Amino acid sequence: MNLFNSILILAGAFLAVFGEAVFSLPRHWLGAQVDLLPALTVYAALNADIATVSLLAVVGGSWFDSLSANPLGVSILPLFAVGFLVFFRRDLILRDMPFAQIVLGAAASAAAPLLTVLLLLTGGQQPLLGWGSLWQWLVMTAGGAVATPVIFGLFDWCHHALGYQRRSETTFRPDREILRGRK
Amino acid sequence: MFKQQQYIALGAVTLATLILFSLPRDASARLKLAIGGLFLPLFGLAGAAQQLPAAAADALLPRRELLRQIQALRRENEQLEIQAQQAAAVARENDRLRAELGWQKRAPWRMKLAHVVMRDPANWWRTVQIDLGSRDGLRENLPVLTPQGLVGRVASVAYARAQVELLGDPHCRVSARVNDPAHDMGIVVAGGPLDNSLVTLTYVSGGADLKPGEEIFTSGLGGVYPAGIPIGLVVDSRPVEFGLYTEARVKLSPNLGALRDVWVLFP
Repeated sequence: MNLFNSILILAGAFLAVFGEAVFSLPRHWLGAQVDLLPALTVYAALNADIATVSLLAVVGGSWFDSLSANPLGVSILPLFAVGFLVFFRRDLILRDMPFAQIVLGAAASAAAPLLTVLLLLTGGQQPLLGWGSLWQWLVMTAGGAVATPVIFGLFDWCHHALGYQRRSETTFRPDREILRGRK
Repeated sequence: MFKQQQYIALGAVTLATLILFSLPRDASARLKLAIGGLFLPLFGLAGAAQQLPAAAADALLPRRELLRQIQALRRENEQLEIQAQQAAAVARENDRLRAELGWQKRAPWRMKLAHVVMRDPANWWRTVQIDLGSRDGLRENLPVLTPQGLVGRVASVAYARAQVELLGDPHCRVSARVNDPAHDMGIVVAGGPLDNSLVTLTYVSGGADLKPGEEIFTSGLGGVYPAGIPIGLVVDSRPVEFGLYTEARVKLSPNLGALRDVWVLFP
């Protein structure tokens, strides 16, 4: 079950990065591309083990950087920081509530690009920033907030459709059956 | 507070990041291209999927419309052939005059068509990937353009694809010349993050009088871009640094938001 979940999450990350690189409708309409990896990290942090969260940060971040002009590895730490924080407090989070998912998705999608840009500036890079970046940040935050419950729903559906379902046990036990009348 | 597993995960991720950060520049670039190569099969699928609507539209196009388009293309082809003959005559004359003056002969441009397969997923860079690579003879710093004008330059090359830094990316700077009587020169640098059709022409001399609508071309200085490639038109200008130099907003000639096919120039 855990391995299947991990594979599903990594496959989701692969497709998310590919989709962000190929489908640029949000960029045309809203002026910014929505990043789905923070939302996916929230899902992984709430539903998988810490190894999967780490793997998602390393692999997903590397995939993202490989298709971008980012230095390789710069997206790993922000994703892991987001995932680690949610994982650390996941016992206190109502993970099945859509409102909680939206809030966590928004927070993660807001924090991850900020941390990435901070790392880029620390590393001496000069990313394209300006007042318009605030709008892009808002779009990314809102996009992540909307995407998180969708990702939860999609992965739950995948688990139901493809995963192993434990057979539900009935409460009926033949040795406790009350037989009425005479035999 | 933390469990042992969490300590291990934290250490492993930090170590992986440090290793990636400390890689030499070449090794990091090669590793990046190798990781990006994992997406190649999906790019083929995406390209085929994008062509499906066009193919369906072609199949539905009436025969009369096709014949009309063929006729129009024939006329345009004839006009272009005549213009090409004139250009060839001018080139021959130019070569003869250059030879008489003892100047070096100009090599003709070679170009290769490439398809844009993806865009940078990060919002703070402006790059695209094209489907030509080192197997096609591409190398770094080759200019990339469309019939409308300059698009950018090749930044890194893998076996079957290459990354192109577009005009407006912080890494892409172009020496440019204004088509005005003074032939003012400047550097085209990134504009704002939202509008990818605008860039900034900066370091133009302080007294320059740039008018809206004036054309900007590559100057040929710097050794990357040949001279005379159109870049865009001046939108407005203003003095900066107390009139030390002038800056202008330039509207790019090619539409960088709708790039599908580009030409890589081998000067």
